Amino acid sequence: MSENTMTIKLKIWRQKDRNSGGQLVTYTMPGVSPDMSFLEMLDLLNLDLVRKGEDAVAFDHDCREGICGTCSLYINGRAHGPLRGVTACQLHMRTFHDGETIVIEPWRAKPFPIIKDLVVDRSAFDRIMAVGGFISVKTGGTPDGNAIPIAKPVAEEAMDAAACIGCGACVAACKNGSAMLFVSAKVSQLALLPQGHAERKARVEAMVAQMDEEGFGNCSNTYACEAECPKNISVEHIARLNREYLRAKFIQE
Amino acid sequence: MTLNSKIPDGPIQQKWDNHRFNMKLVNPANKRKYHIIVVGTGLAGSSAAASLAELGYNVTALCYHESPRRAHSIAAQGGINAPKNYPNDGDSIWRLFYDTVKGGDYRAREANVYRLAQVSNSIIDQCVAQGVPFAREYGGLLDNRSFGGAQVSRTFYARGQTGQQLLLGAYSALSRQIGLGTIKFYERREMLDLVVIDGQARGIVARNMVTGKFESYVGDAVILATGGYGNVFFLSTNAMMCNATATWRAHKRGAFFGNPCFTQIHPTCIPVSSDHQSKLTLMSESLRNSGRIWVPKAKGDKRHPNDIPEDERDYYLERLYPSFGNLVPRDVASRRAKEMCDKGHGVGATGLAVYLDFSSTIQRLGKGWVEEQYGNLFDMYQQITGENGYEQPMRIYPAVHYTMGGLWVDYNLMSTIPGLFVLGEANFSDHGANRLGASALMQGLADGYFVIPYTIGDYLATSKFPKVDVNHAAFKDTERDLSQTTSQLMAIKGKKPVDVLHKQLGKIMWDKCGMGRNEAGLKEALQEIPKLREEFWNNVLIPGSADSFNQELEKAHRLADFLELSELMCTDALHREESCGGHFREESQTDDGEAKRDDDKFSYVAAWEFKGVGSKETLHKEPLAFEYVKPSQRSYK
Ligand SMILES: Cc1cc2nc3c(=O)[nH]c(=O)nc-3n(C[C@H](O)[C@H](O)[C@H](O)COP(=O)(O)OP(=O)(O)OC[C@H]3O[C@@H](n4cnc5c(N)ncnc54)[C@H](O)[C@@H]3O)c2cc1C
Ligand code: FES
Repeated sequence: MSENTMTIKLKIWRQKDRNSGGQLVTYTMPGVSPDMSFLEMLDLLNLDLVRKGEDAVAFDHDCREGICGTCSLYINGRAHGPLRGVTACQLHMRTFHDGETIVIEPWRAKPFPIIKDLVVDRSAFDRIMAVGGFISVKTGGTPDGNAIPIAKPVAEEAMDAAACIGCGACVAACKNGSAMLFVSAKVSQLALLPQGHAERKARVEAMVAQMDEEGFGNCSNTYACEAECPKNISVEHIARLNREYLRAKFIQE
Repeated sequence: MTLNSKIPDGPIQQKWDNHRFNMKLVNPANKRKYHIIVVGTGLAGSSAAASLAELGYNVTALCYHESPRRAHSIAAQGGINAPKNYPNDGDSIWRLFYDTVKGGDYRAREANVYRLAQVSNSIIDQCVAQGVPFAREYGGLLDNRSFGGAQVSRTFYARGQTGQQLLLGAYSALSRQIGLGTIKFYERREMLDLVVIDGQARGIVARNMVTGKFESYVGDAVILATGGYGNVFFLSTNAMMCNATATWRAHKRGAFFGNPCFTQIHPTCIPVSSDHQSKLTLMSESLRNSGRIWVPKAKGDKRHPNDIPEDERDYYLERLYPSFGNLVPRDVASRRAKEMCDKGHGVGATGLAVYLDFSSTIQRLGKGWVEEQYGNLFDMYQQITGENGYEQPMRIYPAVHYTMGGLWVDYNLMSTIPGLFVLGEANFSDHGANRLGASALMQGLADGYFVIPYTIGDYLATSKFPKVDVNHAAFKDTERDLSQTTSQLMAIKGKKPVDVLHKQLGKIMWDKCGMGRNEAGLKEALQEIPKLREEFWNNVLIPGSADSFNQELEKAHRLADFLELSELMCTDALHREESCGGHFREESQTDDGEAKRDDDKFSYVAAWEFKGVGSKETLHKEPLAFEYVKPSQRSYK
């Protein structure tokens, strides 16, 4: 535990609601301990604001363990901040230095409208999932779990894709606002597994169509998504999605 | 009112089958005429909503998260149990049943536990079919590991992210039904009250968290799958938003609360580092399979752990429990850690931590092996503490993790309010006084996939439902009352932000109703909590407005309920003058410091009936009979 505290200058996007304009507001935060998490630093700011009778800064968060995908802060121009493979909620203040200015903004993408301050609406992701991000099995009547052996490397690769937390950092990081990394992670997981094969064609077509309809941009292979993904989801899944998509176009099933 | 657990007759192996046969069915063509409201879409709620919609029911599901995929179930790391006996190590439904009843320290209902063990194998099959990428062996078959307290390997897992993968599986089934239009889903809605009409649960009122408006939802039955209440302690391993509001407000409408004092403290969490701490992070107890727990033999030893020689270390769990060693159940491991620290052997800056050491495993199997098994946990530890767990032992300390207590339900998972069903961590059901590792995921999915789809049909088929809509006075009155309470909260404009008061409550609960409990402490807590509640209602400070997105207001509603529930927890803990599982009454222990049950007096479920805020609740007892697993003093020596 460290005794030295830091003073941090924050510039935070404040926006009353979806229809209002917003702007960056500056706050000075003394007494920041390097052992605090980034979100605990925001808690401290909010305690101070509330005590002064001001409205707290709204930000989404829940598990604070890097798994639920709720936190969504654009910190100093980077989705989830400066560290690779780390969500904003796992970031600690020891990553920053005394006197530093930190700019915090929400995810910016047309399909993610701002609800308030740093909170955005990512329900577009749910709508993409609802058209194809599943295997059509009903509850009950499924065969024994060991009925279909799956080679370990295949299962591992499916798991790599399934590790996506659906936070939307890939969209926020992409200059085109593309959701390809998110969509491809699900398509890839289910394309790799034998259970998912029956619906390969319908799945990829439906999910890509919904992605376009939600207004996500095109992928121009700059790979900012992979660089900013807190779960290190690989762009190889995008390549697999493209193959699945082509296959779907040429194959009649 | 007398409690009727509705346990079916017959030998335990046949109860569920007989019951399924005897229950009334709803005609397939009629199913869509019934409207079911599912509150909460974690493992229990998503699996229930999807399964019911598949059957043809008309389902409305809602949650306070922005998406079902964010539910706290996502955070479960270790795994899910099922007695498939794939490893051929002697597992069976009977053994899982036996272990769960024993692990729960003989305070669970045998019939429920047996059913849970019975349906658990189907859960694995279901999840595999959905595409859940469970860990596999090189031959391509599913891998198992052994987990906290079990002597067989029956835990299925997906790296350190089992909860995530299971939830994403249930969420995919839910999403599919949303896409098909059979489920209407509403996100960012927080249920603030239950509506009971003519004795039946007929709907809920929820706050739209974006607009602040109160919205009524009408149905023929209501399912609560709203998770546990560990956050009453402020600091816990639960996600920040986990709360008791849905269950507590249903309790105030007549649903009895079962065993509220049964909370689980998890032994392997990252210790508290400062006052700013907002939550505690669990490290999967699978770490105890390979790590060894120790403290320095000398009190107050401030040396670096790597400088403390082998013979000056006390591997106290291995010493006290030679046959189970580091794998004793959670309650035992937690209590012993506290005891070591209370005696002055604790380590780290606060003295409230013990070491979890991987050096001998690294020596034996190599760092690469440890990395492959637990890499993500070591990374997480380093991210939070700044220390490298491969190079020096990790520091761990127990933290609140799970609540075995919850709304009382009968064998059909129905509460004492007809038409109100409760699933998952929100009910009190299957874990008795202590839950074994990897069994909450199992229970949530058993309830949702394999129990409620049958039992709710029987209720619907045998009840009458007068026509009701959102204009019914009961809905309008509830909306009006909620809007008044909200205005009242906003108008207090006192001096203390919600979190400050919540931390005060947490401290009272941790000190007096935490790992060790005694009469004097509980009586003090019962004095302090009403005072704090009064302070809350006079001095809380909520900024912003009620008719917009306002996270401080959300927290205030939740804290208001914690401030009532906490009192009931202490009342329950005070009345239960025995130790059992996670409930350790210091007055009731054996000579060597183990929990001592009093089966003659306390072999029952305590189901509490609400009688008004601040009034003592009425205790109802559901006696527990153990026909198949004879109660004995748990021993892990
Ligand atoms: C860190 C951690 C690790 C764990 N690891 C394991 C493990 O390895 N194995 C295991 O078996 N168990 C584990 N558990 C326990 C297990 O994860 C939980 O008990 C289980 O997931 C609870 O599932 P649930 O569906 O009952 O509730 P939750 O997943 O908590 O879902 C609750 C749902 O209800 C909604 N909700 C709540 N209140 C309201 C309201 N008022 N209005 C509207 N919606 C509401 C929420 O939005 C959410 O959708 C772990 C728990 C923790 C904390
Ligand atoms: S809060 Fe859950 S991932 Fe950050």
